[in-house]
Amino acid sequence: MATKPAKKGFSHKKIERNVTLLGALALLTVTVGGIVEIAPLFWIDNTVEKVEGMRPYTPLELAGRNIYMREGCYTCHSQMIRPFRDEVERYGHYSLAAESMYDHPFQWGSKRTGPDLARVGGRYSDEWHKAHLIDPRSVVPESIMPPYAFLAERDLQTGDMANDLTALYRVGVPYTKADIAKANDDIKAQADPDAGAGDLQKRYPKAQVRDFDGNPDRVTEMDALIAYLQMLGTLVDVDKAAPQERPSETEAAR
Amino acid sequence: MDGLVTKAGGWLGLTLLALVMAALAVDAPFAVHMVIVALACLAMLWATVTRADYSGLARGILKMPADQGVYDDDPIRWGVIATLFWGVAGMAAGLFIALQLAFPALNLNLEYTTFGRLRPLHTSAVIFAFGGNALIATSYYVVQRTCRARLAFPTLARFVFWGYQLFIVLAATGYLMGVTAAKEYAEPEWYVDLWLTIVWVAYLVVFVGTIVKRREPHIYVANWFYLSFIVTIAMLHIVNNLSMPASIFGSKSYAAFAGVQDALTQWWYGHNAVGFFLTAGFLAMMYYFVPKQAERPVYSYRLSIIHFWSLIFLYIWAGPHHLHYTALPDWAQTLGMVFSVILWMPSWGGMINGLMTLNGAWDKIRTDPIIRMMVMALAFYGMSTFEGPMMSIKWVNSMSHYTDWTIGHVHSGALGWNGMITFAAVYYLVPRLWGRERLYSLRMVNWHFWLATVGIVFYAASMWVAGIMQGLMWREYGADGYLVYSFVESVAAMHPMYLIRAAGGAMYLAGFLIMVFNVWATLSGRVRAEKPMTETPYNAAADRPLAPVPAE
Repeated sequence: MATKPAKKGFSHKKIERNVTLLGALALLTVTVGGIVEIAPLFWIDNTVEKVEGMRPYTPLELAGRNIYMREGCYTCHSQMIRPFRDEVERYGHYSLAAESMYDHPFQWGSKRTGPDLARVGGRYSDEWHKAHLIDPRSVVPESIMPPYAFLAERDLQTGDMANDLTALYRVGVPYTKADIAKANDDIKAQADPDAGAGDLQKRYPKAQVRDFDGNPDRVTEMDALIAYLQMLGTLVDVDKAAPQERPSETEAAR
Repeated sequence: MDGLVTKAGGWLGLTLLALVMAALAVDAPFAVHMVIVALACLAMLWATVTRADYSGLARGILKMPADQGVYDDDPIRWGVIATLFWGVAGMAAGLFIALQLAFPALNLNLEYTTFGRLRPLHTSAVIFAFGGNALIATSYYVVQRTCRARLAFPTLARFVFWGYQLFIVLAATGYLMGVTAAKEYAEPEWYVDLWLTIVWVAYLVVFVGTIVKRREPHIYVANWFYLSFIVTIAMLHIVNNLSMPASIFGSKSYAAFAGVQDALTQWWYGHNAVGFFLTAGFLAMMYYFVPKQAERPVYSYRLSIIHFWSLIFLYIWAGPHHLHYTALPDWAQTLGMVFSVILWMPSWGGMINGLMTLNGAWDKIRTDPIIRMMVMALAFYGMSTFEGPMMSIKWVNSMSHYTDWTIGHVHSGALGWNGMITFAAVYYLVPRLWGRERLYSLRMVNWHFWLATVGIVFYAASMWVAGIMQGLMWREYGADGYLVYSFVESVAAMHPMYLIRAAGGAMYLAGFLIMVFNVWATLSGRVRAEKPMTETPYNAAADRPLAPVPAE
């Protein structure tokens, strides 16, 4: 081995004597995986299936989602039901890619210290959610969730929601000019049944309009969070997606 | 004099700019952060003004250039202390949130102390503050020694250290106030991300600049790993944190990508934070400190070339194994799984190269507690890089995902590999950096070793049991065809496991505190009178021939 004649062609010596070459080759090596694996997701059409019912979040739901993120709910709750019998039975139809198409960022989670929340909308009453968030152990004695009583005591202060909707519009969420102009009014309209919803439900189909926290005088952080939880997984008609997933069967049926 | 005035004026200007940003802030946390930035700028102003050499300036004497015959070790000393400080903070936070899972009353009914806000504090403090400071400090040490050259751009090197501490403070206070991008291990918001980008580019410039200055023809293997770590982390950080701020005077931003694309970008980032921050960077430490402590050359040069290039190529592909059976397309999941399994090989290449370096010095495991730590670090590296590929197999993952098994896996890597190799490196560095004859106590290193090792065993074992129990309970069907357990029954069943885990964490932290004391005592110049660990018993009085004695 030691007496092997020096090869004329490539030698690693060249790389380890030249920091530019070493750095450039290392960068090249680490970019390949990302380009091959991630980039296609942006242009392969069936990555996100076409479904009916998906719409951007209403400003109140969005404010609730921001509270969900602020409190780090994703550290213990997933929003991604896997296609297993037990999960579908426990949580509902498995999650579709389309259901998080307007989620900037995604909140699929990685750990279930608590249960999955992808389809928690409509499963419990607003009163249950409020009691549970104020003191989880008052309704689920074995729960280890932290209490979030302060949400009910604090007015929802979002700043100018038009800025938030504009930022989301810029990254591709199809809010209309009317949505952005009415962003702040829409919050009131959705959480206060006496204010009159206006055309909120026309622009945001299936939006739930009511007082969520049992305190109609104020719009609190509790209103926003419960509004978000109650809409999770309720938008898409999941059965409509089925034919796309089994194209051969559907064609045979035709 | 002009230079001093410009510098001081610049810091004053930045202070005022930060205060203006604070006044215009649309949310309170952003205002708090800008005040912190203003205070940092004021501190720099104070340092500039008080540390200037006025008599020299008055006489028009230029500052003496630094002695090129001495290594520039100041930032390394600060880095070692910062490593210990953030390590204690991050691990204490970890122990606290572990106890919160066992006793939810510890959430204290305050918004600032809920598990959801403290968990990112724990992960970031341990990975980026403890690990990051260890990487920056050791890379400054190793690159100078292996290049036989003083650090390039000394001012920039100091900026990297202090800038990185500011990043940590902004990130940590942000988490407590609820400022988060809500992407795991990438939680800092847009402006903190921008700041880190500036600091990181400066870090790259200092590191590469020093390599360019080198007096050795070859770039040593440890520097390949450090370089790929710095370059790749820059790429991952920038792409994964692309986002649109709602207002430039506010903390809130929205991620550039959504849903499935955002998910894979995040786990491409997340898995390679493990692959490059916690693996490539720490392998670089291994490649310098293990041969130095063992006084043996690296086992195989050829193996280091093969495993370096294959490791950095393969790691990038493994991200999708965090998204098995999700709405991510199947082809991407399968690709991620296959590459994760292949990744087992280059990972073990590193372990073998490290362990076999002890060839001819295996006896040191018995006598040298620092070598013992290094060997245990490599053993845990090998263990968790076997466990990882196994968990990335879809069949295993269908049960292990979402459970505490993942948490146990992460900690056997983080506590066993990253923690142990960092402790060993710090024990190596401290007497050399502060010019001490030896550590205050080697026996305390031994105590640290055993507390840490037993602590990890408690931690990993309880999380294996917890994870497998959760996975099985969630999917168990009875003879009647119904699910046997409600979700909350699986939560209740975790309680004893969470207690054992917290006990393991407490032992690990106790070992760390012994280290802090040991380092502090070494710094204050004390040497503990103790039985040496490295000596074979020798009795001079008995070491003589038996002289004949006449019978009485």
